[in-house]
Amino acid sequence: MRAVVTITRRREIADPEGATIQRALADLGFGDVGAVRVNRTVELSMPGRDQEYVMSAVRAMCEKMLANPVMEDYEIEILD
Amino acid sequence: MTVGIVTFPGTNCEQDVAYALDALGAATVPVWHRETSLDGIEAVVLPGGFAHGDYLRTGAIARFSPIMAAVEKMAAEGRPVLGICNGFQILCEAGLLPGALIANQDLRFICRPVQLRVESTDSILTRAATAGQVLTIPLNSYEGNYVTGDTTPNVALRYCDTEGAVTDAANPNGSRDSIAGITNPTGTVAGLMPHPERAIEDFMASTDGRVLLESFVASLESIPVGAGRD
Repeated sequence: MRAVVTITRRREIADPEGATIQRALADLGFGDVGAVRVNRTVELSMPGRDQEYVMSAVRAMCEKMLANPVMEDYEIEILD
Repeated sequence: MTVGIVTFPGTNCEQDVAYALDALGAATVPVWHRETSLDGIEAVVLPGGFAHGDYLRTGAIARFSPIMAAVEKMAAEGRPVLGICNGFQILCEAGLLPGALIANQDLRFICRPVQLRVESTDSILTRAATAGQVLTIPLNSYEGNYVTGDTTPNVALRYCDTEGAVTDAANPNGSRDSIAGITNPTGTVAGLMPHPERAIEDFMASTDGRVLLESFVASLESIPVGAGRD
């Protein structure tokens, strides 16, 4: 099974990269773009494991390392 | 009293820190991140650099290096633990200090001396300083923008102007409340983004880093009785 983890920074925490991209988009004529947020995805495979196991394991990975609970949230999508 | 200087793959300030602490009279020993014991070591410094390439988030991988369990034990025992720059980021990821460090507000790598105001003298980092003292210390980081969730940190140092005023203009990286350095509630674990070890000799831009590292060295003499003994 494969899992895709999307890690997003909480709204109340600044995203300097997103803000910079937003300004550049405005310069390119896309002034109607509101907030831009840059997220991170981590794709991983766990061969031979079932969906329930993968979901549980990946959630533990997120809690321990893949996301920082101080400033980030995460979503897990199971593929295959 | 021996200070362990923890080196991860990508750490690059370990020799500067060793030089500075040696100059201030502390004995130091290098500690590789794969080691699991800090026996015979009374305090540790996590120096600056780019541990594990800063992959995922700064400090996120280093926080799980084998030596970190011993560092956490040392912190729990009330022995001095100091993180400088990347070391500060690692201590935050490890949960030994609150908050996190993200990219500078203007996405610029900052490498220049900055002014810091001493906010609290109740810590291993500032005990030899005086409250309100203004220090000039080099800052050298891309991800020095301090953020917190709901927690209110114990602030040791804030960015300020040359007169000691904390203003938005004197905040180089967008850090919350101009925070440059914090401690745990007991002042025994400390982290800061600027590099005091780069401001200790007359040929350097400043010698103001001395008072911070002298604070750390002085802390070695007042480690709680029984700390480090099981």
